[in-house]
Amino acid sequence: MRSAFQKLKSGLKKTHESVVGRIADVFSGRTKLDDELLEDLEEILIESDLGVDATMQLLDDLRDRASEIGEVDIGALQEVLQNEIKQLLSNGSHAVQPESQDGPQVIMVVGVNGSGKTTSIGKLAHQFKSKGKSVLIAAADTFRAAAMEQLENWADRANVDIIVNRKAKDPASVAYDAAAAAISRDVDVLIVDTAGRLHTQGNLMDELQKIHRVLGKQIENAPHEVLLVLDATTGQNAIMQARHFQKVVEIDGIILAKLDGTAKGGVVVAINRELDMPVKYIGVGEGIDDLQLFDPEQFAEALFY
Amino acid sequence: MFEQLSENLENVLKKLRGRGKLTEKNVSDGLREVRRALLEADVNYKVAKEFIASVKEKAIGQEVLKSITPGQQIVKVLHDELVDLLGLERSELELKGSPPHVIMVVGLQGSGKTTFVTKLGKQLRDKGRSPLLVGADVYRPAAKDQLKTNGSKVDLPVFVTEHNRVLDICAEAKQTARKNHYDVLILDTAGRLHIDEEMMDELSDVKQQMQPDEILFVADGMTGQDAVNAASEFLGYLDFTGVVLTKMDGDARGGAALSIRSVTGRPIKYMSVGESMDSLEPFYPDRLANRILGMGDVVSLVEKAQETIDEESAKKLNKKIQRNEFTLADFKEQLQQIKNMGPLDQLMDMIPGMGKMKRQGLSVDGSEFDKIEAIINSMTKEERNKPGIINGSRRRRIARGSGTSVGDINQLLKQFQQMKKMMQQMNKGKMKHQIPGLPI
Ligand SMILES: Nc1nc2c(ncn2[C@@H]2O[C@H](COP(=O)(O)OP(=O)(O)OP(=O)(O)O)[C@@H](O)[C@H]2O)c(=O)[nH]1
Ligand SMILES: Nc1nc2c(ncn2[C@@H]2O[C@H](COP(=O)(O)OP(=O)(O)OP(=O)(O)O)[C@@H](O)[C@H]2O)c(=O)[nH]1
Ligand SMILES: [Mg+2]
Ligand SMILES: [Mg+2]
Repeated sequence: MRSAFQKLKSGLKKTHESVVGRIADVFSGRTKLDDELLEDLEEILIESDLGVDATMQLLDDLRDRASEIGEVDIGALQEVLQNEIKQLLSNGSHAVQPESQDGPQVIMVVGVNGSGKTTSIGKLAHQFKSKGKSVLIAAADTFRAAAMEQLENWADRANVDIIVNRKAKDPASVAYDAAAAAISRDVDVLIVDTAGRLHTQGNLMDELQKIHRVLGKQIENAPHEVLLVLDATTGQNAIMQARHFQKVVEIDGIILAKLDGTAKGGVVVAINRELDMPVKYIGVGEGIDDLQLFDPEQFAEALFY
Repeated sequence: MFEQLSENLENVLKKLRGRGKLTEKNVSDGLREVRRALLEADVNYKVAKEFIASVKEKAIGQEVLKSITPGQQIVKVLHDELVDLLGLERSELELKGSPPHVIMVVGLQGSGKTTFVTKLGKQLRDKGRSPLLVGADVYRPAAKDQLKTNGSKVDLPVFVTEHNRVLDICAEAKQTARKNHYDVLILDTAGRLHIDEEMMDELSDVKQQMQPDEILFVADGMTGQDAVNAASEFLGYLDFTGVVLTKMDGDARGGAALSIRSVTGRPIKYMSVGESMDSLEPFYPDRLANRILGMGDVVSLVEKAQETIDEESAKKLNKKIQRNEFTLADFKEQLQQIKNMGPLDQLMDMIPGMGKMKRQGLSVDGSEFDKIEAIINSMTKEERNKPGIINGSRRRRIARGSGTSVGDINQLLKQFQQMKKMMQQMNKGKMKHQIPGLPI
């Protein structure tokens, strides 16, 4: 299996020439942190989807550091910048740890339409399964066409059990049944898929809350993890998504899917400036193994690659 | 009032007011804020830069028209350029030659292709065509099921086979169309990354074989800076003919559209605004331009404002703000003036910065305003002028009098404080996080 960084790098193969050693290019031959250099850095950060505010803050800080250090060591400044980004992303724990607790650990997966929820669940189920855990997944997307068939397909691939109810109209009822089944089958992990919904759709956000509540009725403190799946190609709207989903269900972490393309997913930096929402996993492909633990250092490096 | 409600842009406009000609300096100041708006709307960095540069060139030296201010003029020039770039007029689907016509639908994973295929099929059918949807995605789990379910929802025929070769599927679909007199084939292809050469070659092969009339690139309206990369690669492989912008029913500003349009030159043909099979709209450049700018239609706003708010009281108000004497009574008066101007939500959309506040959860329906008015009405004159004296028991009295809760009173007072703070900052002309000397 290739490392995440290799994947990220190979993702950049096509646009190789234009970005190879971008940061090196930018810094090389420069001796002072002048406006020109700042503008080049600004371009890199903005084009990684960090957004205007996060970019300005990072560059402001960089300038402060530069004047602190006095003599400008460009190499050191590059490190400063990378470290700062890394630090912004280093909050919280990372992997979802199946806790040794009484009863199943419940994970609920949420996000906007098409971000990669169902696929990530397939991958996640596979990871737990490979670690010897018993896993049950629940098809609580009763809305999207063939959402259940899609998840069934993943259940097959990951070789885990699934709760589906083709007649169900109410996703909360599926969640309820799934929680009951998880208890009676005494599984280690229950993962609940939900329909994609835009954070602006009030009634659908209420529905999400209901699913959340129903899970907690049967299993203490469930769901134990709520994961927000973000599409790495998403721009500044991801901040809105994070904020609104956070309001409705407490988000424990982010899965940043589709990071195998050329998008950098830098908006998670902006999100972490504002919300305590650690990135836990990254999705790097459509295969069952294409889910990796998030590594802030690698991520920060890849931004400038 | 508008300077107060809005954020930086209006502030800049204020400074620009009353000069005869657009100079390099005042244009630059104005455009700096616009640049920020574009970047926040996810317009690609380079695209924004080029766009701003071209607008700057056009704007400098322009005589300021009599009826409007220089600031308004800059925004007007910018707005017009944006509309221009997005495509002046509607670009229709072009199905030429002899049937069956082929429309190929392509794009990144999860962008909304399968959903769009069905919506388009429905629209064409409603216009008298006889479309056949083709399940040409052999990769995504249950992709064919999804298309079949979608098709049956709207009573459209769907062609699927057990084949796993996309070219075979397409060939067979064409035969079926000929035999059964379907006149448009809409191909639902699998999502793929633009850097996946093998998968991109597959699309080129389909194009070669099927000779489509239209190849539509489906782009998620929430896409960020990377839109340019994906779009230009897809263009390179397929020379697609048009763009579909999806998921625009949310609060994404849709700057990706500008990026895509400007790097590919291809027209945006449709906008998808929901999951239901009816939520497909033709594309209106003017509306999207307003949305991307996020500043609303400044020109029409200010025009409307000028009609309604008389100069004298505006001047008085400005003085008060400068002296930090703005009171709740003034606030109420301003609210009334806004209300006189027309339907509130419509107006709010036109106020620069309002889009952002909305996204941050600020409620803008008229009832909020009525509530605020009711609260202020229940205050004594002294309380309106010196909100500082409104203690707990006064709050309870006001709440009772206005049929609201103490929480509402607290909130209003807090918002009013924030507003005053903002005004003070504006008076000082402070702008956040700026790199001095950075060229636009
Ligand atoms: N390249 C790549 N594609 C991915 C990744 N994760 C998901 N996808 C693809 O993205 C598309 C959408 O994924 P889904 O898992 O169906 O997304 P979802 O969030 O469940 O979608 P809805 O349920 O419709 O909201 C599919 O084509 C997936 O194969 C990833 O990490 N990399
Ligand atoms: N809110 C909203 N959701 C949309 C819109 N268009 C599509 N969707 C949803 O986005 C998700 C993905 O849509 P699909 O049509 O499956 O996307 P796709 O491009 O075919 O995905 P792949 O085949 O996996 O690449 C689904 O949940 C759709 O219901 C839209 O305009 N608005
Ligand atoms: Mg799903
Ligand atoms: Mg599809």
